[in-house]
Amino acid sequence: MEFFVFSLLNGLSYGLLLFLLSAGLTVILSLMGVLNFAHASFYMLGAYVGYSVSIHAGYGLALFAAPVVLAVLGAGFERWVLRRIHAYGHVPELLITFGLSFLILELVQGVWGRTALPFHPPEFLQGAAFSAVKSAANGLQWFWGSPAAALCQDASLALSCWSFPAMRAFTMLVSALTLGALYLVLVRTRLGWIIQASRTHPAMLESLGHNVPRLWMLVFAAGSGLAGLAGVIGGSTFVTEPAMAATVGSVIFVVVVVGGLGSLMGAFWVSLALGLLQTLAVSFDHPLGFGVSLAQLAPVLPYALMVLVLVLRPQGLFGAKDL
Amino acid sequence: MNAAPWVAVVAGLVFAPELLHSTWALTLLSQIGIATIACLSFNLLLGQGGMLSFGHATYTGLGAYGAIHTLNAARAAGVDFPVSLIPLAGGVSGLLAATVLGFLSSRRGGTALAMVTLGLAELVFSVALMGFTFFGGESGIAGNRVTESAPWGVTFASPVEMYYLITAYALLSAVALYALTTTPWGKMLNAVRDNAMRMEFLGVNPQTIRYRAFLFSAFFAGISGGLAALLFERVTPDALGLERSASLVLFTYLGGIQSFIGPIVGAVLMVLANVGLSSLTPAWLLYVGLAFVFGVMFAPQGLTGLLQTAMAQPRAFYLRHGVILFALLVSLGVALLGIAALVEMAYQLQLEASLGSNVAFGTFQLHINRWQDWAAACAIALLGGWFFLRLRHALIERLGAKT
Repeated sequence: MEFFVFSLLNGLSYGLLLFLLSAGLTVILSLMGVLNFAHASFYMLGAYVGYSVSIHAGYGLALFAAPVVLAVLGAGFERWVLRRIHAYGHVPELLITFGLSFLILELVQGVWGRTALPFHPPEFLQGAAFSAVKSAANGLQWFWGSPAAALCQDASLALSCWSFPAMRAFTMLVSALTLGALYLVLVRTRLGWIIQASRTHPAMLESLGHNVPRLWMLVFAAGSGLAGLAGVIGGSTFVTEPAMAATVGSVIFVVVVVGGLGSLMGAFWVSLALGLLQTLAVSFDHPLGFGVSLAQLAPVLPYALMVLVLVLRPQGLFGAKDL
Repeated sequence: MNAAPWVAVVAGLVFAPELLHSTWALTLLSQIGIATIACLSFNLLLGQGGMLSFGHATYTGLGAYGAIHTLNAARAAGVDFPVSLIPLAGGVSGLLAATVLGFLSSRRGGTALAMVTLGLAELVFSVALMGFTFFGGESGIAGNRVTESAPWGVTFASPVEMYYLITAYALLSAVALYALTTTPWGKMLNAVRDNAMRMEFLGVNPQTIRYRAFLFSAFFAGISGGLAALLFERVTPDALGLERSASLVLFTYLGGIQSFIGPIVGAVLMVLANVGLSSLTPAWLLYVGLAFVFGVMFAPQGLTGLLQTAMAQPRAFYLRHGVILFALLVSLGVALLGIAALVEMAYQLQLEASLGSNVAFGTFQLHINRWQDWAAACAIALLGGWFFLRLRHALIERLGAKT
């Protein structure tokens, strides 16, 4: 049972991080029709900027600075590049963000090098949030923080030890708070209503005196900022390296395709499902035959899910039908 | 279409081994031939069908695997199989892969198609890395194209024979792909690219058209992969990787996707960049990326399109604006020179510890520890850029005043 609880929590934490990433991508996609191929590169850049800020000014500041830097960069990219080619159609927009992802990768490798960086969360997030020890004498015991070392090391006392990293809990907290705030802004504020209206009636909104291009720049900046925040968290939880964009990039595309293009709800459920699926596949490692085990299959699972959905429901789980 | 240049190209290709007595040059030409088939087949999707596929290397790669396994199987069974037909086995492998993957890819158009092709390419690539014997792990599958029995009198032991095989396949594929674009089906593919909904109203299912485009494209991509397998006699999972797919997108677009010749120019650029530029500078990927981004922004018709536009202008245009055009090109060159110097010095900053602080830049030696060098490079870049923008503005005003 406790094994299942910890796997579930790890999966949820990964899923929420995925949603933090795919939320920005989805909002930009649904609003502007632009698939930002460089979104995962913004995530990577966020991690690197976060790393540089954190070694000079601490992790707390990095959590704020990286999203701001990325938001400014995103706004600049939208204003000076994307807006210029918006009239050409969606494929050139996709191509230019693809080119940007290429350039960001080169930039990151040029500035920070090609090897992984030692980007660690601060001291108080490095331990365990809570843990469980199962022992013959006392049954199952739950602790806040790490259990006493003696409990786990003594083989005669402890049968198994479980702990949930504080960083994972922090990831869940930050993701949930950010996304809750995003949801409230979109649904409850005047700005959110205007943004939602610009999705369906941009011409009418302009007639009413709203600056729709500026609104889109704002949305693009917000999406990039979210990617930057996810980058700081993801980079310090997992690993900060030039390959991190490619690792997560195709997975968030799968999230968007499976959830339905531009559907925030779809992205939410699919992110959680993928997070759980991948984490559980790794934890319940089980040989499947053909020399392949369930854990080895984990990287393939998102794509397998995508194939399944494409066959059964091409428009995605929550998507509207298109051509 | 004017036939004379084509006859010249074919004649040049046929006599190339007589003129170039160098194995290196022949291998280069062979690689260009392989890349040409790949880029042309890719452009059937992107240029003709408006389908931006980020997973085209899946088909070239699976074609390569199919070819090398056919080769090895024929050898193991002792069958006297003409090696010149092995690339067709690659083509069939690509086609078979596309019956499934192409079906999934073509269910959605536009943006979704790009994401789905990327996902499927990742799927195939991850499976290839999982350790099935079919893909041969990291070292891949090796083969040997040289047969002792010499079917049809060729053994493919020499690079010249391999060159002729590749050139023959490249020419035949180019003709076939060109013919395909002139068929009614080719026109329907263009129509689906331009307005899928309208085609559906006319009673044509866009998905079927797209699916067929994937089948054709994958067949030729497979041939290209099969030829590569024969040329290098080894296929590794890298052949399926995203970098290959990305480079097909980059260079086909740089060559120009709106004309049939564009991808061929792109293929030449791809091989030259991979072989030449990469040995000249560590920053070559950055240059390719920058060229691509500026290409999408300012020259969506690609290099071929730019040349065609330039050639289509009447003589009077050059007589009237020749000076300003020349100045424009010179200022652009100066600006690029400055930017390149800055980039090279910036890259050297990182390599300083191992390679010292000097950068050879043409005949100059730049020192990254001297602020004068940085300042000079900056000044050249800014000056060139400023003149370029001013001249461009002036030219646009003159052209605008005329019309």
